[in-house]
Amino acid sequence: MKYAYYPGCSLETNSASYDVSARAVMEKVGLRLDELDDWNCCGATEYFTQDELVATSVIARNLALVDDDHDQLVAPCAACYLNLKKVDHLMCSHAAMNAKINQALSAGGLQYKAGRVQIRHLLDVLYHDVGEAALKAQVVQPLNGLRVAAYYGCQVVRPLDGFDNPEYPMKMDEMFAWLGAEVVDYPVKAHCCGGHLTQLSEAMSFELIRRLLQSADDYRADLILTMCPMCQLNLDAYQGRVNNYFNTQFRLPIVYFTQLLGVALGIDMKKLGFGKELVAAEPVIRAKLEGQTAGASA
Amino acid sequence: MSVESSELHRSQFMRDVMAETPDGERLVRCLQCGSCGGSCPNGPDMDYTPRAIFAMISANRRDDVLKSNTMWCCVSCYLCTVRCPQEIPITETMYTLKRMAIREGRATDGDAPALARTFTSFVEKYGRSFELGIATRYLMLNKPMSMLKSAGMGMGMFARGRLALRPTKIRQTEQLQAIINKARDISKQDIGSGGAS
Repeated sequence: MKYAYYPGCSLETNSASYDVSARAVMEKVGLRLDELDDWNCCGATEYFTQDELVATSVIARNLALVDDDHDQLVAPCAACYLNLKKVDHLMCSHAAMNAKINQALSAGGLQYKAGRVQIRHLLDVLYHDVGEAALKAQVVQPLNGLRVAAYYGCQVVRPLDGFDNPEYPMKMDEMFAWLGAEVVDYPVKAHCCGGHLTQLSEAMSFELIRRLLQSADDYRADLILTMCPMCQLNLDAYQGRVNNYFNTQFRLPIVYFTQLLGVALGIDMKKLGFGKELVAAEPVIRAKLEGQTAGASA
Repeated sequence: MSVESSELHRSQFMRDVMAETPDGERLVRCLQCGSCGGSCPNGPDMDYTPRAIFAMISANRRDDVLKSNTMWCCVSCYLCTVRCPQEIPITETMYTLKRMAIREGRATDGDAPALARTFTSFVEKYGRSFELGIATRYLMLNKPMSMLKSAGMGMGMFARGRLALRPTKIRQTEQLQAIINKARDISKQDIGSGGAS
């Protein structure tokens, strides 16, 4: 099985640990990711604030770049995933929009046939295309003893009909239960981290982040699993400032689900991008997994 | 009352918002139930909740709506959208209101439009986003004081190799720019003639 791969800008540097762990895990389970040649930024939410047709056309260029050898495009970032999916959906359901986007694309010598490419999130691919039996069979280092909060955020599960529940998703919970982890209840699992709000208002954004950290702490999670670069950035990089702001003492590592999945599959932690978090994850994971099946991640 | 007959009573503002929002025709279905405001993580910070905004759009209160902070509090989490019993594209309507507020010079919050412009200016030039460039340009011009607060975090990110000092550039920047310019031209004609979607 092979997929076209759209890493997105965050995964180039800021979230490089998501990119390396995604590639390592996919290779381990025997699925091929072919990076889309010359992809451009999806614009996140920022073009939609200015011009809808520019926003959608910029995104559509990436869909048009998917070659005939691929009919599925995988995106790990929540914003990229939603944008790609939203534009394909708009083009399928709104004929006028479809015509205008293609008119804009043709200025660059491109066309996109609405519905040709299926847009998938990485979690969906690993959950459905690999599945429980195959993943369980490949576990080298069970995650027993590790308490994890599975955090989904917004834009992977909403608003379009997707692969999981829009308000109380479970796929990541299930996957990490397969791997032996203790997945805690996490009532705020699909609440918003605030996205770019940290750049606009401390009062509003820090409160959203605080609620997410507080809930994970209340349920005694050792770490929070995420599947979005923006969520990781807000919960990890801003954790210190949130602590200062509210006089709290949270110290929760924020880890990409592919990183911890990689640990369970026996991939060396050095090859999974650990150490780039501001709140270190490796010591917590090692301490909890000590005494479990030896080898693998050591 | 049928949808056709109620069309006569629709405010001009309502027609404009509907025309510019995909599936915007569903705005007429609003029951004023308030599920949107109740679901919104930032509802308490809004001048008017989305429910009130829909009533105001219907009442043609263009100025009050476009000068409000409501749409600028929206973080595009889509919780209101999936909960709306009438399937109104609420988040997309907030985008429409953001665009209108900027275009008509009524945006009272200058930071969010500035962040959006800064972000996309880098995309247009390089084809990729460039975090360090966006953050420094945006903060320097709009929130110089907060640069100090961000400095520690920025150093932490840099030390861990999470901050690129130079942008990456795609090969086909000219192709991307041609697409953007064409899209912009079509948009201008649409907005002039009052129908975007």
